[in-house]
Amino acid sequence: MSTTALYNDQQGGAEAAVEAGQETTATISSGGAAFGLFSTDFKKNEDLKEMLESNKESLKLEAMKRIVQLISKGKNASDLFPAVVKNVASKNIELKKLVYVYLVRYAEEQQDLALLSISTFQRALKDPNQFIRASALRVLSSIRVPIIVPIMMLAIKEAASDLSPYVRKTSAHAIQKLYSLDADQKEHLIEVIEKLLKDKSTLVAGSVVVAFEEVCPDRIDLIHRNYRKLCNLLVDVEEWGQVVIINMLTRYARTQFTSPWKEDGIFDESEKAFYDSDSEEKQGQREAKPYIMDPDHRLLLRNTKPLLQSRNTAVVMAVAQLYWHLAPKHEVSIVTKSLVRLLRSHREVQYVVLQNIATMSIQRKGMFEPYMKSFYVRSTDATHIKTLKLEILTNLANEANISTILREFQTYVKSQDKAFAAATIQAIGRCATNISEVTDTCLNGLVLLLSNRDETVVAESVVVIKKLLQTQPTQHCDIIKHMAKLFDNITVPMARASILWLMGEYCERVPKIAPDVLRKMAKTFTSEEDIVKLQTVNLAAKLYLTNSKQTKLLTQYILNLGKYDQNYDIRDRTRFIRQLIVPSEKSGALNKYARRILLASKPAPVLESAFKDRDRFQLGTLSHSLNIKTTGYQELSDWPATAPDPSVRNVEVIEPVQEWAPSLGKAKKPKSDKFYSDDEEEEEEEEGSGSGSEDDSSSSSSSSSSSGGSSEESGSASEEESSGGSEKTSSDSGKSSSGSEVSSSESESKQKKKKLTKKATPRKSKQTAADSDSDENGNGPVGKTSSSSAESSSDSESDSEEDSDSDSPAPQKKTVAKTKPKVEVKSKKEVSLLDLDDFSPAPPSAPKSSVFSSSLLSDLEGLSLSNVSSAMQVTSSSFGPVKTYELLHHMTGKGLSAKYHFPRQPCLYQPSMVAVQVILTNSSDHSLEEIHIGDRSPGSLNVHCFNTVERLEPGASVSVSMGIDFSDSTQAANFQLCTKEDQFSVSIQPAVGELLMPSTMKEPDFCSEQKKLMGMNETSATITMATANTSKQNISKQVLSVANVGVVSSDQNNLQRFAGRTVSSGALVLVTLELRESSTALLTINTEKTVMASMLLRDLKQALSQA
Amino acid sequence: MINSLFLISHSGDIFLEKHWKSVISRSVCDYFLEAKEKAGDPENVAPVLQTPHHYLISIYRGKLFFLSVTQTEVPPLFVIEFLHRVADTFQDYFGDCSEVVIKENTVTVYELLEEMLDNGFPLATESNVLKEMIRPPTILRSVVNTLTGGSNVGGTLPTGQLSNVPWRRAGVKYTNNEAYFDVIEEIDAILDKSGTTVFAEIQGVVEACVKLTGMPDLTLSFMNPRLLDDVSFHPCVRFKRWESERVLSFIPPDGNFRLMSYHVSSQNLVAIPVYVKQNISFLETGSCGRLDITIGPKQTMGKSVENLTVTIPMPKSVLSVNLTATQGTYTFDLTTKVVLWDVGKLNPQKLPNLRGSISIQTGSPKPEENPSINIGLQIQQLAISAGLKVSRLDMYGEKYKPFKGVKYVTKAGKFQVRT
Repeated sequence: MSTTALYNDQQGGAEAAVEAGQETTATISSGGAAFGLFSTDFKKNEDLKEMLESNKESLKLEAMKRIVQLISKGKNASDLFPAVVKNVASKNIELKKLVYVYLVRYAEEQQDLALLSISTFQRALKDPNQFIRASALRVLSSIRVPIIVPIMMLAIKEAASDLSPYVRKTSAHAIQKLYSLDADQKEHLIEVIEKLLKDKSTLVAGSVVVAFEEVCPDRIDLIHRNYRKLCNLLVDVEEWGQVVIINMLTRYARTQFTSPWKEDGIFDESEKAFYDSDSEEKQGQREAKPYIMDPDHRLLLRNTKPLLQSRNTAVVMAVAQLYWHLAPKHEVSIVTKSLVRLLRSHREVQYVVLQNIATMSIQRKGMFEPYMKSFYVRSTDATHIKTLKLEILTNLANEANISTILREFQTYVKSQDKAFAAATIQAIGRCATNISEVTDTCLNGLVLLLSNRDETVVAESVVVIKKLLQTQPTQHCDIIKHMAKLFDNITVPMARASILWLMGEYCERVPKIAPDVLRKMAKTFTSEEDIVKLQTVNLAAKLYLTNSKQTKLLTQYILNLGKYDQNYDIRDRTRFIRQLIVPSEKSGALNKYARRILLASKPAPVLESAFKDRDRFQLGTLSHSLNIKTTGYQELSDWPATAPDPSVRNVEVIEPVQEWAPSLGKAKKPKSDKFYSDDEEEEEEEEGSGSGSEDDSSSSSSSSSSSGGSSEESGSASEEESSGGSEKTSSDSGKSSSGSEVSSSESESKQKKKKLTKKATPRKSKQTAADSDSDENGNGPVGKTSSSSAESSSDSESDSEEDSDSDSPAPQKKTVAKTKPKVEVKSKKEVSLLDLDDFSPAPPSAPKSSVFSSSLLSDLEGLSLSNVSSAMQVTSSSFGPVKTYELLHHMTGKGLSAKYHFPRQPCLYQPSMVAVQVILTNSSDHSLEEIHIGDRSPGSLNVHCFNTVERLEPGASVSVSMGIDFSDSTQAANFQLCTKEDQFSVSIQPAVGELLMPSTMKEPDFCSEQKKLMGMNETSATITMATANTSKQNISKQVLSVANVGVVSSDQNNLQRFAGRTVSSGALVLVTLELRESSTALLTINTEKTVMASMLLRDLKQALSQA
Repeated sequence: MINSLFLISHSGDIFLEKHWKSVISRSVCDYFLEAKEKAGDPENVAPVLQTPHHYLISIYRGKLFFLSVTQTEVPPLFVIEFLHRVADTFQDYFGDCSEVVIKENTVTVYELLEEMLDNGFPLATESNVLKEMIRPPTILRSVVNTLTGGSNVGGTLPTGQLSNVPWRRAGVKYTNNEAYFDVIEEIDAILDKSGTTVFAEIQGVVEACVKLTGMPDLTLSFMNPRLLDDVSFHPCVRFKRWESERVLSFIPPDGNFRLMSYHVSSQNLVAIPVYVKQNISFLETGSCGRLDITIGPKQTMGKSVENLTVTIPMPKSVLSVNLTATQGTYTFDLTTKVVLWDVGKLNPQKLPNLRGSISIQTGSPKPEENPSINIGLQIQQLAISAGLKVSRLDMYGEKYKPFKGVKYVTKAGKFQVRT
């Protein structure tokens, strides 16, 4: 301890020195012997200042290191602020980082000076490097200076729509910081949170949920539409985010689903407490309706289950509590094993896990009973671990295992750790009361312990025996007798006192022994401990009241002894008792009631678990651990009696993230400036344009397309749209095709609204059918990709369609030509979003290889200037593969055979889906009916089914198209192919190259994108090519046969470049082939999806090395 | 989430503080120091404490307390797990996690803490990512740094954080490509006085040391994966493949890591490799006692037992011991009252024995309970769970042929004999 004191002194001294230093600089009145003592410290800061102001980087760095050391020791270094802040823009990264550390620590105290650094960060926020942007935002938001709140708000909003998920993650963190700095910003922040919740990146998910929990945990409505996405992303989120998301989803699920516990109460022995609180049981009995679990509820349970295998104990605990609070009773037990596994972890982890198991084991003994031995105590455990294990063992005790447990307890009672031994005795007492079979055994065991040498053990035993006897006093005369017999041998005063109390309390049951004990006590009274004397007086008084004949003299004798005792307590007690029991003239009314006062029946103490009332808290929380309601604890609500509308979780369209993109550079309609412009309004407008004449609509559509880039689709809008659309189709059926055209495109998505062109009527109806199909599916496809690339992909889709549809009528081209120049003037960014299209997709059954009309595209490319990312367009496939795979053999399919291939067309259902063409053939001799895709579970890949084929005649075949969102993995899509009679499990496994779609870009763009994807994101290999492949055409043919990528025209002869994007997430995939001498080549793939890259590399290598 | 972190030495000296939100005065630690004082043994301090305005969550590692302060509800395990990761990171960086080492490297520690949390929420805990940003100090580098004024902060910006495999660094290159796997099984057991097993189970881990170039994709399969009852994995393992095929498929982190830990299903009988014949008694009078311990092999599957150690925490009233060991050496720590007998290799022909007398403080009563005996041992080339074997390791994604190796070791975990 002396070192501590010394240290504190030093520390205090240092602080004083700094203060003194400041004073002297202010007043320039130094000197004095007292000051001299601290002058060294003062000087140190002074030369730190000098070092910081020097020109040498190394000196500055050294100074900063010493300053950080000061900070870490908790010393005050705030007077160096002006000198430090100058270095905020330093080139040296370490120096800069240390300055950041300093800045964040002291900015709050030196607000004015801190403002000097802000402009540096503002500049860095625009840096092309995502890490610099992120770190600038991080530091900027950590500077707790209220003046910069508006700047922070702006920065957060901007960062929330940054292209880099890492920056978006940082912005999610910044939200909480800003909220703690200025709670008034809540509304704005919620908007940002809402937007970030829609983000599909796993990096962002955890952080934004933290922000949500901190800022607006009550806005459960924000979760609805992201619920399924969060469930599906969960496994891939980083571990810390998983914990937060799981906890949030637990809370969410308790408000949205009905209780799964109503029916399976039988699985449990002692869950009364659970039901008592929410009175659900009664309801369950009344409603005979069978319980059906909401598929979303099931989805959550299923997707969290694998996380029980996480190495992160917090994740495992989070899943365990989720199952505890949400799963049907009989499913909860799957968490047992994992929880028991955590007991192998660090002491602190054990502590928390054991606490939770203790609470669980009160209600569900069965869950942990098989693992009882895991809770056996080792002598090396810490005391609180031992006590918790004991608690659990006690909870688990039942008739079957009690003998084992008691044997184990016998060992514990002897423990050197006396606090633990005492706890064991209490545990034995609890077992004795809970299990009537062993009450006697326990009592006998406890009585034996009375002879223990240790005071705590004896005291505890006596107390427990006392409690046990109080609960059923009638049966245990012999124990009292036994204790009386032992009395002579027991020396511990506490135990003697307790026995005397028992004698007195039950003196009527042992009429012969009690007076004898009193007699013995009278003999030794003077040499007893005070506590024993007091109880002797009590015993005497009680005996006097019940058996005055035998004990009158003894009592008087003892009272006399007490009267002259050294201890005033005893003298006092004696006086009081005498007045109470011995009738005399002076004694008043109390005398009459003496018997009732002294021999009143005392309530038996209840022996129950200390964890009894902890179930009011959510498991795994701090509140549960401390057994108090902590600040910020969110109550877990009771299950709702009836489930709220589950359709709120349906996701029709997710609004693209990019729509918030800072500015689009050109004049817009005022309403599109708002983040959430009025959907209704817009819709009206669009519909108006749709029903108008063709010329009219052409102009209005082009204007709306300029504003449309920043407008957005919300689910409700699209729903309305589609209903409105279908209405129209029916009403307009007789009218010109342009009107219905618009309606059908509207129903598909708003993006396509700003289009106008004629369309062949049969195709139109087909599309409407497809749309209504997705509506029928109810829960709909999970979202369109929300990035800008997705948008552009959906656009390009139509581009390509246009091209492939080379036989389409001439007016089309005309309209395109007409629209293009206008856009050119109006906006730059829209170019990539521009819809020249709405020529519906080519008939899916006939995939054609199409030549891209490069002239048009290069025109468009010329338009896009500033933003590189928008300079790329995903183009149509320029190579139609003919590889066909077997889906279902006619032998296994009972006559139905199915084959599939990838048409490499953009999927018309959703841009994130890969189009799959399935050819169904009936090889049997009877016709097959109702061929369709069976129910899919919500957890599987998102599949857009084909329409049911009503009837397939023998020998006939039909080709249908599907869309599958493979989420950029080669994981197979499993589903059921059903006919009227049978169902067959089939699976479609895509080659990695099919998960791409081609993207057109110019060489410079390619190079600049490639630079961004270096390092980790680059995979390369040297390959030897078959001689037949060395020509440029052959190479591109081979590459295109493997992967659905686009050729990037290049003027370098030895370089071939291909670009594509992954269908689902729109990540760029850049392939470079550098020819070397003697038919070797360096193949490089740049993409964020490293796993895809290595797989693609393998495939390409194989293809190129084959002849 | 986590507001502040204090590092407190064994003796109660607060030698480092770091705040991620507003500064919290270190006086908050007084509540903790008080609890520590009350608990006596540092192991006995409750990990979660409450003060009027803050909640304190602490861990005890390497004679240091990592004390975190939070103001709002947070899952305690979340904080505890994170603090252990911090300690692991220090261990990883400095080779040790002690007061001296941390004081020596305050600046690096501070930089690490800065990167690991943002606003109290973990940002980068993966050691690969951290090492890209802040290079661990080596002797060579510190010499170079002092000469050139260079720094430990990586000039490159971390890409790992963004990749799908944050645990693996990009552009790893080795001349010798090798992948070693150690299957380490530990026996946890409690034996009672008579030598019968009260409780025994086997816990295993697969520790890996993978030094492979590029981005290899490994697949490890076992002979009889059904033995595994409960498993937990490093995040790199693809859980779906394990579920469906019972193989471990993963892109490994670079260097040392724990691939999986498992629990062998409890139906199987656990082989106890050694038996202990012991007789410890304290005489009722005369303040002394006798100790006699013999250890012999039981079920060792023909392998030899090595690194045998016996630890006996004596009652506090024991003054000294006077023992003779037929093999190995023993020590008695006067402050902790622990007898440590380092036996070495178990010779089945000549069983090691330790016997002698124990003297107790005069006047103090005979100890209630005999001390329990903790056994440590190691058996090379044996997985005690009887047959968990790695059957093959395949590599995809890279061309070269790596050198592969698998080693099996059995150790005693918490192996305790009650007396």
